[in-house]
Amino acid sequence: MAAPQRRLIFKHIDAPGYTNDIDCYIKHGGYDDLKKSITMEPTAIKDEVKKSQLRGRGGAGFSCGMKWSFIDAKKVTKPIYLICNADESEPGTFKDRQIIHKDPHQLIEGMIISCFANSVKLAYLYIRGEFPEGAKILERAIEEARAKNFIGKNILGTGYELEIYIHRGAGAYICGEETGLIESLEGKRAYPRIKPPYFPAVLGLYMCPTIVNNVETLCNVKHVINMGGEAFAKIGTPNNTGTRVLCVSGDVNKPGYYEFECGSLTMGELINDVCGGIRNGRKLKAVIPGGSSAKVLRAGEKFKLKQKGADGAMVDKEITLEDIPVDFDSFAAVGTMAGSGGVIVMDDSRDMVECLANISEFYAHESCGQCTPCREGSLWMKKITHRMAHGQARKEDSALLKNVADNIAGRTICAFGEACSWPVQSFLAKFPEEFQAKANKDEELVLGK
Amino acid sequence: MTPHPINPFNHDIPAPETPMVNVNFNGSWIQIPKGTNVVEVTRQQDSFLPHYCYHPKLSISGNCRMCLFEMGTPRMDAERKPVVGADGNPEIAWIPRPQIGCATTVTEGMGIRTESPMAVECRKGVMEFLLINHPLDCPICDQAGECKLQEFSTEYGNGYSRFVENKVKKPKNVDLGKNIVLDDERCILCSRCVRFAKEVVQDDVLGFVQRGSLNTLTAHPGKRFDNPYSLNTVDICPVGALTSKDFRFKMRVWFLKETKSISTWDGTGSNIIIGSRENKIYRITPRENEEVNSCWMPDEARFEFHACQDEKRFQQPLAKVKDDFFPSSWTDILPRVAQELTKYKGSEIAILASAKQTNEELFLLRSLAHTLGVTLMDIKPRVQEGDRFLISQDGNPNSQGAELLGVSQKGKKLPEIAEGIDSGKIKALISITEDAVDCGINEAALKKLSFHVHIGTQPNKANQNAAFILASAGFGETRGSMINVKGRLQRLNKAIACPGHAQEDWEILRDLKSAVGGGNGLHTIEDVFRAMSQTVPSLAGLSLSKIGDLGLQLNGTVSILSPREIKPVSVTA
Repeated sequence: MAAPQRRLIFKHIDAPGYTNDIDCYIKHGGYDDLKKSITMEPTAIKDEVKKSQLRGRGGAGFSCGMKWSFIDAKKVTKPIYLICNADESEPGTFKDRQIIHKDPHQLIEGMIISCFANSVKLAYLYIRGEFPEGAKILERAIEEARAKNFIGKNILGTGYELEIYIHRGAGAYICGEETGLIESLEGKRAYPRIKPPYFPAVLGLYMCPTIVNNVETLCNVKHVINMGGEAFAKIGTPNNTGTRVLCVSGDVNKPGYYEFECGSLTMGELINDVCGGIRNGRKLKAVIPGGSSAKVLRAGEKFKLKQKGADGAMVDKEITLEDIPVDFDSFAAVGTMAGSGGVIVMDDSRDMVECLANISEFYAHESCGQCTPCREGSLWMKKITHRMAHGQARKEDSALLKNVADNIAGRTICAFGEACSWPVQSFLAKFPEEFQAKANKDEELVLGK
Repeated sequence: MTPHPINPFNHDIPAPETPMVNVNFNGSWIQIPKGTNVVEVTRQQDSFLPHYCYHPKLSISGNCRMCLFEMGTPRMDAERKPVVGADGNPEIAWIPRPQIGCATTVTEGMGIRTESPMAVECRKGVMEFLLINHPLDCPICDQAGECKLQEFSTEYGNGYSRFVENKVKKPKNVDLGKNIVLDDERCILCSRCVRFAKEVVQDDVLGFVQRGSLNTLTAHPGKRFDNPYSLNTVDICPVGALTSKDFRFKMRVWFLKETKSISTWDGTGSNIIIGSRENKIYRITPRENEEVNSCWMPDEARFEFHACQDEKRFQQPLAKVKDDFFPSSWTDILPRVAQELTKYKGSEIAILASAKQTNEELFLLRSLAHTLGVTLMDIKPRVQEGDRFLISQDGNPNSQGAELLGVSQKGKKLPEIAEGIDSGKIKALISITEDAVDCGINEAALKKLSFHVHIGTQPNKANQNAAFILASAGFGETRGSMINVKGRLQRLNKAIACPGHAQEDWEILRDLKSAVGGGNGLHTIEDVFRAMSQTVPSLAGLSLSKIGDLGLQLNGTVSILSPREIKPVSVTA
């Protein structure tokens, strides 16, 4: 049986009677952590975050403490900016939306603490254009916080000042890429920047040092301060600390968002116990564990995972999809990623070629078109997969599709190249027979007009 | 080499005193100024890293991904010290992910492999991507022959296509501005034109709309790409997306003979390449010279050859009989002109010269004036609205030369010439290139002249009154030298021959001079330059060939050919 949920970020979300206004938040102990942290040295807060081993929840899982350590406020002469990335666009992911709608002050508090820790006086909250209601809620929350002197000049009498502005995107997935987001925030087309030289920590927003953190990551900072870095690090497993909000969608009986300690349950427990198993009594076929760009895992597949044996030594253990612990490192070890926590479950009625065509269509539509491989390759992959899914597959298409994906991954300006090619590579590798079957009809290829 | 102030970036010119670093380039250790990007490193090594979006004078965009290469960093041991290999050189740890050459600058101990299997495979992949939605309409594309897609696809292309889908459709024949037509389907979205407009001429009207493979280059709604330098984007466009309205569909570029010369459109003297075929000029494109125009030139300067393609051009020397001009021959006409001229005293003759003439022509004219004893001569000044980029306030290409050779009084003598003719004091006029009416001599006064000879290319308001017209050379039809507003001596070369029996101005003046005053031993243009260099101190020791393709900066104060009436002027602006 699966471990019980541990709601840290989602503690109050959906709780009966809990509202998203500041009074309710304060009644539940809100802004106490801000009051605590604002008396601390900024470097002490950064140290706590480092000790907590908090990893970014946006998708890459990069160490938050490490990201913050790239900027030394004492040495920087330019302003330092912090941006909250609320451009939650990865298909299968819907956690940030819940936080924004149902507990916006948790995010605001996390942001203020993070800004204080990094000597930031101006922060932006970049929210995707498709969240108009969320933007309104956040606007109101910021006004409420300002009225209570949590934002603005001389915060809580400490002399620290901070402004947070909300910026709404215009509906482009690429604005979730941090340098694309920065360009968009500067009023330009969201073309991701080349790195080097434009690392946000050095040449970010307006060419100033900039920290870009995900909504859930910033919320976690509040809890790190609340319980202390070391106590936070005890949640979950080493290097996979804290909780993880999992957004389960697809062919399960109870899709939704669930929060667990990192590594406290396995995929099988998540799907079968937490989500009530596969719908309509069908069988599990595949899982995409971290948003649509993560590599797909096939049911019945055997994975090698290093686990601590009884004698303490690391041993290779052969496991199945259902045995994979839900944490960053385990997913990385089985060749995919924990990503944004968007778990997409597919049952045995799914046509994998159609699924891939669907994913590829999304990425072809969302490619910003700046650099050649992704611009041309994403649409090409969409066209091939759609053709295959619509009865016009050829024998050579699988190999062609794989080669196109191989020519994109690792050769683009931003990680979108991987995002659009990993699904293709993994679907082809895991379900080759389905792609071949499409081609085995000996039909002449008919080209459209 | 000093970078040109017009350019915001000069990736190809390392800052002075940049320290050198050791770099392993395709297996051999070389020294390169620190911070040079890998595309430039490759160029310095007489090799080439294919690229589309990179341009040494524009910001780094890094979007074409053609210059991907395999990069390595020094292998470090546990104590972060470089590991030295068996050959005594540092060992290199090669990074599995390819890097772009344009945005990667060299550091100590870096490894560069531009021809490794990984680098070549990356380029092949990008090449295929660039071609799948490209129209492949090379047979009707103006860029064919100088197209980077064509060039690199011979090396990295497949020779067949794996793309069986429908291509993306985009706008064609888009009227982008006064001089430019855009074909969006050919565009590879390298953004060179966007960056040129924004960074060099600061007319930020170009940009992309749509997303992904549907990305489309366009001008800002309601704006036109009409700045005076717009045609430079046609030059830097690596494909046939941006085409010149003036040149498109006129000639296949591989037929064009390229002649290095300079623009005579204004005082900047932009370095150019004249493209001609079968004695006809088709286009003018800029030629890189950091001291003058970098790699750009104004649009208007590209069109100056059209004036010489006028149907009314004089094809042979003309002599007036009663009221009509009749064709004549040089052997017949020059002695007659000389005979007429020698009838007058020097003080009865005025010379209307031009600062559009070369130094050699002006020198021979000055020499003719000396023989005839003429002291009253001047040029027509052309003051125009300059800009802070490449358009000079001086509309004459050789004002400095005309002053140096004592022909120009900066137009101050023009009223005296006009008055002299009107009062009858001046009885004979030699006018060259310029229209006397435009120089302030009205037609009534011109009718009072006893004798008027004009050396020029086309009919104008004044030369209909002339007794003789000596058909001369137009743009691109003569050799010689000029001095630009900044005192740089530059060379013109002959791209095409003069039409019919017309002759180059210096030949006409040489022969007229000998007809007036006997032989002078000058046969070739080199002879003329040599004679000039022996007389003009600031040209001492120079010859046409010593000027070179990029010209020479003249320095210091130079004394003028004849001290009479003329004070020394400084040639250095």
